[in-house]
Amino acid sequence: MNTLTTDLKRLGAEKAPRGFAERVLGQVGMADSYARFETVLGDVFVAWNRLGVSAAARSASAAEFEAWFQKDVGRPLLAAEAPADLAEKIQDELSGKRRMRFDLRGLTPFEQAVLRKTRQIPRGEVRPYGWVAREIGRPAAVRAVGTALANNPIPYFIPCHRVVRTDGQIGNYGGGGPEAKRAILTLEGVRVKRLEELARAGFHYQGVRTTKVFCYPTCHTGRHALEKNIVWLHDAASARAAGFRPCKVCRPAVAS
Amino acid sequence: MEGVDRHFERMVHEHKDRVFAASLAMTGNRHDAEEVAQDTFFRAYRALMTYPPERVRELKEKAWLHRIAVNVVRNRVRRVRPRLVELNGSEPDHSPGTEAQAIERMQIDELATRVAELPIRFREAVVLRHVRELSYAEVAEALGQPVGTVKANVHRGLKLLRGDDDEHADD
Repeated sequence: MNTLTTDLKRLGAEKAPRGFAERVLGQVGMADSYARFETVLGDVFVAWNRLGVSAAARSASAAEFEAWFQKDVGRPLLAAEAPADLAEKIQDELSGKRRMRFDLRGLTPFEQAVLRKTRQIPRGEVRPYGWVAREIGRPAAVRAVGTALANNPIPYFIPCHRVVRTDGQIGNYGGGGPEAKRAILTLEGVRVKRLEELARAGFHYQGVRTTKVFCYPTCHTGRHALEKNIVWLHDAASARAAGFRPCKVCRPAVAS
Repeated sequence: MEGVDRHFERMVHEHKDRVFAASLAMTGNRHDAEEVAQDTFFRAYRALMTYPPERVRELKEKAWLHRIAVNVVRNRVRRVRPRLVELNGSEPDHSPGTEAQAIERMQIDELATRVAELPIRFREAVVLRHVRELSYAEVAEALGQPVGTVKANVHRGLKLLRGDDDEHADD
């Protein structure tokens, strides 16, 4: 009798296997899975859960990615086999063919608004920080926009690299410094050198004489204008004074 | 929602070993045990999402989780017959333990297999009373049975495990 009940007690002291809690939490979307993916940008670590992609980083190692995720997102994380279609979805998202779902829980409503607005900037184009601030209804919060973008947990996917300094210079980049930002923008078809030269000369807008519309220099609506019809403009006020109205697509200023 | 998530996360860390041990004793092997334990927590989470806050606060978690685990096992048994268990263990031992630990683990697995071979009503009673060491009242609550029935089932289950059951003919 005694040995049997003692043995049963010992059986009752068995521990759950390692990683069990993470697997349970993962099943209900409270832990994230991650894997390394080969992409157009090189190897990128990507974390996801049932709500969508939750983080991405070009970390040097899995350990580095885990440490960063722990600090930045703070949920349990486990290495996993990627679902069969995820690699393809990632390629499509990064090449602008498709829109993935993202999990932005844990960010403030302001940060979420900044990132959602940033997602609307088309591939091959850039917008200033001040544009994001104005578009989300917080025109004075330009610095806070910069901070929110610097803390973007899903760089490359949420294209914070498409937001540049208000003076037109490329500006800093959390996903690997200004050089990485230039490289990614070039990959997306932005003529970065030309953009920086224009900015240095103080030209921030492009006007088209025939349509009387002014745009941000990278806006696709002005892309097919003939060179002889293009005028370069310093600011919105002088553009209006010269009879131009702001483009309704890239919204360099609010139409009045 | 956030509150339930925190609550659930704590519950998982606090009860994972208990639920796993009970699942091991009821299924007889570690692979099925993990499945049962994982499914138990999954159902617990879905239930928590639908409960009003007072009900979550007043929950007797231990008995509640065991009740779910018992139901998970019952449903599995209904679905498929428990498969034959390899006594020498088909799964690799991850922990680089000593030989003594390996032997201990083997003994535990062997006992779990024997428990798992008990008819379900005796098995549930024995596991909750002697593996999980709940009181008779708690076992009765978890199983939704009268205390008398639980006592009889525990008694009968232990007898079967000891191999001196002469009333076994009717099973």
